[in-house]
Amino acid sequence: MTSEVARHLLFQSHMPTKTTCLSLQVSEDEQKQKKENIRSLTMSGHVGFESLPDQLVNRSIQQGFCFNILCVGETGIGKSTLIDTLFNTNFEDHESSHFYPHVKLKAQTYELHESNVRLKLTIVNTVGFGDQINKEESYQPIVDYIDAQFEAYLQEELKIKRSLFSYHDSRIHVCLYFISPTGHSLKTLDLLTMKSLDSKVNIIPVIAKADAISKAELQKFKIKLMSELVSNGVQIYQFPTDDETIAKINASMNGHLPFAVVGSMDEVKVGNKMVKARQYPWGVVQVENENHCDFVKLREMLICTNMEDLREQTHTRHYELYRRCKLEEMGFTDVGPENKPLSLQETYEAKRHEFYGERQRKEEEMKQMFVQRVKEKEAILKEAERELQAKFEHLKRVHQEERMKLEEKRRFLEEEIIAFSKKKATSEIYQNQSYLASGSNLKKDKDRKKEPGYRFELLCFDVRACETNGGRKDAEEGREGPRTMGRP
Amino acid sequence: MEPMRQSPSPCSSRPSSPRTPPYETLGYVGIDAVLDQLKIKAMKMGFEFNIMVVGQSGLGKSTMVNTLFKSKIWKSTALDLERPIPQTLKLQSVTHIIEEKGVKLKLTVTDTPGFGDQINNDKCWDPILGYINQQYEQYLQEEILITRQRHIPDTRVHCCVYFVPPTGHCLRPLDIEFLQRLSQTVNVVPVIARADSLTIEERESFRRRIQHNLRTLCIEVYPQKCFDEDINDRILNSKIRDRIPFAVVGADREHLVNGRCVLGRKTKWGIIEVENLAHCEFPLLRDLLIRSHLQDLKDITHNVHYENYRVCRLNESHQLPRGPGWVNLAPTLGGPPATPRPSKVCQQAQDDSEDDEEC
Repeated sequence: MTSEVARHLLFQSHMPTKTTCLSLQVSEDEQKQKKENIRSLTMSGHVGFESLPDQLVNRSIQQGFCFNILCVGETGIGKSTLIDTLFNTNFEDHESSHFYPHVKLKAQTYELHESNVRLKLTIVNTVGFGDQINKEESYQPIVDYIDAQFEAYLQEELKIKRSLFSYHDSRIHVCLYFISPTGHSLKTLDLLTMKSLDSKVNIIPVIAKADAISKAELQKFKIKLMSELVSNGVQIYQFPTDDETIAKINASMNGHLPFAVVGSMDEVKVGNKMVKARQYPWGVVQVENENHCDFVKLREMLICTNMEDLREQTHTRHYELYRRCKLEEMGFTDVGPENKPLSLQETYEAKRHEFYGERQRKEEEMKQMFVQRVKEKEAILKEAERELQAKFEHLKRVHQEERMKLEEKRRFLEEEIIAFSKKKATSEIYQNQSYLASGSNLKKDKDRKKEPGYRFELLCFDVRACETNGGRKDAEEGREGPRTMGRP
Repeated sequence: MEPMRQSPSPCSSRPSSPRTPPYETLGYVGIDAVLDQLKIKAMKMGFEFNIMVVGQSGLGKSTMVNTLFKSKIWKSTALDLERPIPQTLKLQSVTHIIEEKGVKLKLTVTDTPGFGDQINNDKCWDPILGYINQQYEQYLQEEILITRQRHIPDTRVHCCVYFVPPTGHCLRPLDIEFLQRLSQTVNVVPVIARADSLTIEERESFRRRIQHNLRTLCIEVYPQKCFDEDINDRILNSKIRDRIPFAVVGADREHLVNGRCVLGRKTKWGIIEVENLAHCEFPLLRDLLIRSHLQDLKDITHNVHYENYRVCRLNESHQLPRGPGWVNLAPTLGGPPATPRPSKVCQQAQDDSEDDEEC
């Protein structure tokens, strides 16, 4: 049984424009309310939801915060020292070399605790920036790194089974660009780098090692820098001035950009206290003295006042821009032929097909490889078999040949034996005849023994004995023997 | 589908950087100023909260809502006798902006008159499920746009208060069906309505029996046990779970008791004070919903229920059963291997009973 659902809506859930949900200005509120029929109610008692911000804060404390800073600047300009000073911790000690062939980015994550706030701080340093002789490829690695972080987040967001709340956000929230204190103007490399980064990240330019410039020169330098940035269309981060509580201070800070900073973790005794400072023969530059440098302002702006805004800008402006470009590049639009949203199914169908195609291809590859390996193995085994066969044949042949040779020798020897026996018979006849003719012959026995014919007899016996034993070699030797002994 | 929530600890899913021991700063840096920044931002943006009340008519839903927010959310209450009993289930939403001490809250209350009032109440939960899913769908559509809004308006139902009639016995089949289906899609808080018709002992035994029913049927009502993150949460929530369902009484009239003006119901045998813990458990409900767990309700809706819906929705071509409230978009162009299904107009509850479990 179907039941009709008729929904009487007094509230339209579609916002007509891209305004934030509840704006501060009262008139806009009222207008919108009238348009959308939302009523403002007054309550007759205390309900208790003013604890809502506290609930939100509690949840954030539980989750922890994430903040990622990218430091771009030449080697040795004081990036690590400044970060150490900013967060009042000694992060890392060794200096980096000047001899890297390419610019690389080194990211390190630290966990900081202060009262009950857990901050996961990631510092990304450019290694080898500005050191190469040919600096054309200097800024591309930085841009690629930033894009890679956005891409990782986008991938996580597009996943089907995703876990965004436990995802470690590695997108860069702020980029501190270190300008070297030449006192003249921006270097070309600086300009190019900042121009390529300004649409991807919030840039805060700082003048590093500001104790190398005098105050008068500093003012001129700052003006020159800002005018160069403006004339080249570089968009640096402006501190937000829409909230009354911080509007005034932010506006005044905006006028002090770029901040001239000095970093130091060494402590020097000034007056009665130990302060962070740099000691020179001509004086002491105190880091936290506002007359000496703008370090305190930077720390105030970066951490105490605007950290949340930096994160929000990264997420709502830079990341959305990246996402939009990336999705459009992939070919998805919001509006299809019938003006209905298409991207959902297309995106996921495309991804699914891609995934299946990939998997299919990999399976094919593996199958191919397997088949190939089997074939190879087969070939090897066949080869081995053939070799063995050949060897066997060869051996057989050799064996056969030897056997034939031996047969031949045996035949030969047997013929000789027959010849000898014939000769023996004839010689015996001669002997008998001579004996009968000569009468008594005292030399009979002795001579008989000494006579070679007798020895031949004995040897012939030996040969025959050996033959019956079966040792052919011995027989050979035996046969050889009588031959060499000479013939009668 | 069992909702699974990973505890949102920041150290769980970091890709490559090694674990370093936490650094203590050597001096004051000012990191904790970020909490104030958060507060300022939150107050500027305002909060949103969407609550739905479900139950048969006459159980005091509208009165309860009025009592919760101490204002006339609904123009007319149960005394409106000329209004006929609705033949079908209709969902009514009303939105108000209320402000207290600088905190703005946009409150949307959805009422369901006609729920369980017919003779045949089969599938009367379908329109409700459809409504909830439709809100998820709207949010999803906004989220996947290429040019997104800065702040997506959140109309998803954060909490559903279910009114159990005070029979004193146990949960009825309709209650069981409803709770089973909805506790997987939305945070459900069951309450015993009109508790002034039960004595304290009857309330206790009724409560125990309902808890037993819920346990045997594995129905997870808010606060769900599987989402307790650490030991403090567990202790706090166990205390709450022990008292669920709260026995509440709603009243929007004020009476004089001992010189004080209190909200209550006046009867011949006494005045039932709504905010008196000895009389009813309304303060507990109010504290749970507003003072302590509002943000948590929103978080669970966003991180668990919405994500579940999204996974289901995006896996559609894998032939998962479609729940009510499924909205058909433009037909797929890639020609997936699914058999072509008839396109459904939004919010028609389907007949196929095997598809009834939501995604």
